[in-house]
Amino acid sequence: MVENRPWLNFFAHAVLILGAVVIAFPLYVAFVASTLPYEQIVAVPMPLMPGDRLLENYGQVLLHGSTKGSGAAVSRMLFNSMVMALVIPFGKITISIISAFAIVYFRFPLRNFFFWMIFVTLMLPVEVRIIPTFQVIADLGMLNTYAGLTLPLIASATATFLFRQFFMTVPDELAEAARIDGAGPMRFFWDVVLPLSKTTMAALFVIQFIYGWNQYLWPLLITSEESMYTSVIGIARMIVGGDAATEWHLVMSTALLAMLPPALVVLLMQKWFVKGLVETEK
Amino acid sequence: MEKRVVFRSAWLPYLLVAPQIAITVVFFFWPAVQAVWYSFLLQDAFGLKTQFVGLQNFVALFNDPHYLQSFKITALFSVLVAGSGIVISLLLAAMADRVIRGALAYKTLLIWPYAVAPAIAGVLWAFMFAPSIGIVTYALKKMGVDWNWVVNGDQAMLLVVIAAVWNQISYNFLFFLAGLQSIPKSLIEAAAIDGAGPVRRFGSIVLPLLSPTTFFLLVINIVYAFFATFGVIDATTQGGPAGATQILVYKVFYDGVKAGDLGGSSAQSVVLMFIVITLTVIQFRFIERRVQY
Repeated sequence: MVENRPWLNFFAHAVLILGAVVIAFPLYVAFVASTLPYEQIVAVPMPLMPGDRLLENYGQVLLHGSTKGSGAAVSRMLFNSMVMALVIPFGKITISIISAFAIVYFRFPLRNFFFWMIFVTLMLPVEVRIIPTFQVIADLGMLNTYAGLTLPLIASATATFLFRQFFMTVPDELAEAARIDGAGPMRFFWDVVLPLSKTTMAALFVIQFIYGWNQYLWPLLITSEESMYTSVIGIARMIVGGDAATEWHLVMSTALLAMLPPALVVLLMQKWFVKGLVETEK
Repeated sequence: MEKRVVFRSAWLPYLLVAPQIAITVVFFFWPAVQAVWYSFLLQDAFGLKTQFVGLQNFVALFNDPHYLQSFKITALFSVLVAGSGIVISLLLAAMADRVIRGALAYKTLLIWPYAVAPAIAGVLWAFMFAPSIGIVTYALKKMGVDWNWVVNGDQAMLLVVIAAVWNQISYNFLFFLAGLQSIPKSLIEAAAIDGAGPVRRFGSIVLPLLSPTTFFLLVINIVYAFFATFGVIDATTQGGPAGATQILVYKVFYDGVKAGDLGGSSAQSVVLMFIVITLTVIQFRFIERRVQY
């Protein structure tokens, strides 16, 4: 701080507290709603103090789901979300680190061609190729499968770039030393490159975990069976239209359950999260 | 940049890039090529006959008032989302950069919405603003505002903008905070010694030095508003009422999946691809410039 201005400090704290409260308010309302019986939510205005139905509501959605709209158990949806949130980062990191290794540490014909092929995928988000991608998955018989949910999302230019950039900063002396000691490329990869890449992988994992968990459009397109719904899809399906017709207490219980894993990852791995976020966009 | 030390192998590098290239070709290139191909085709109502119609789908698209309306809505939506998101997060970041006590706590309290899926963000806000039972609706009614986004298009737009901005604030905040913290303290101190107050310093030194970050965030936020807000809209207004929140991405989805208009939806996909390519090029141009400077 340059100078001491008490009123300015006070103002700064006031703005931050206000910001934090406004940002947290929807979460608080959702939490309160998830602890109330249905009748209390639809009685306007709903109370702003938590009720006593916490265990009933969460038990109900986890084991049985909602009674209107989608009736699939949320525990199953959370499992599906977890599959996406783990397979996507794992797959992405694996295929990206080896392709980046090949592009940085080898000279081979078509190397630049491959690099550009990967680069161009940045310009083709799933939103702009909805129908044909759906058709490819249908032709491959991958509708309503975990392979269909995860495979198309694991190719990513950003992860490859991130590893490529990191490899460029690895001193050449390490590769030289490895070669003099008679290590082949794969030995060098396992014993030198992989251990050095740990922090990059951790940062990428956090970001991709959230990416995988929060997917919406893709699972919406290719899952029609309730047993394959992810938790985010499940919530949208529980809203049946009409304020009073929706079982908001169950929707909000599910929403909180669906928010918990990625929020925990962000809060507990804050350092990796910030690193991953700032670096993937460089 | 090239590595000086490289390994030699006739087959290993191909094996290493193979998985990524295979997935890219099957799930990126093949569908993209098909999108372009479909955009030149017209299917009859029963899906029995398909014929090549050249650019007719595009001509129809740009003569369709609904599509042009959707363009306008998307422009308005992205300006609102990017503009208000950037202003709010810059304010929060500037304050967070100033405080010492409780800095980590504030940061933690401001970054968690990033973890919330856009669709869930939409549901949370839609619940609070629900026309008959929402808690905010109730408060608005007490203040004499008649709130019903299910029938009022402007209110529906406001709702999706609020939800989308709320979801994106953490991201902008972290980048602004990183940008603020990289400004050399000596510059600020020199200005303070010359008698510039905090507001003057912010306007004349901090803001110009933050302009690369701001421009970067502007592009990212526009991309976000164009594409990533699909979940927000699908979980709340579904493009309604009467298309008031039907942004381009939602229209591609609606026409292709719900209305079954293969050619029209593909033509829209191709238009969107051009928009993404333009935005990506702008972003990379800008990054190159930043590296030089």
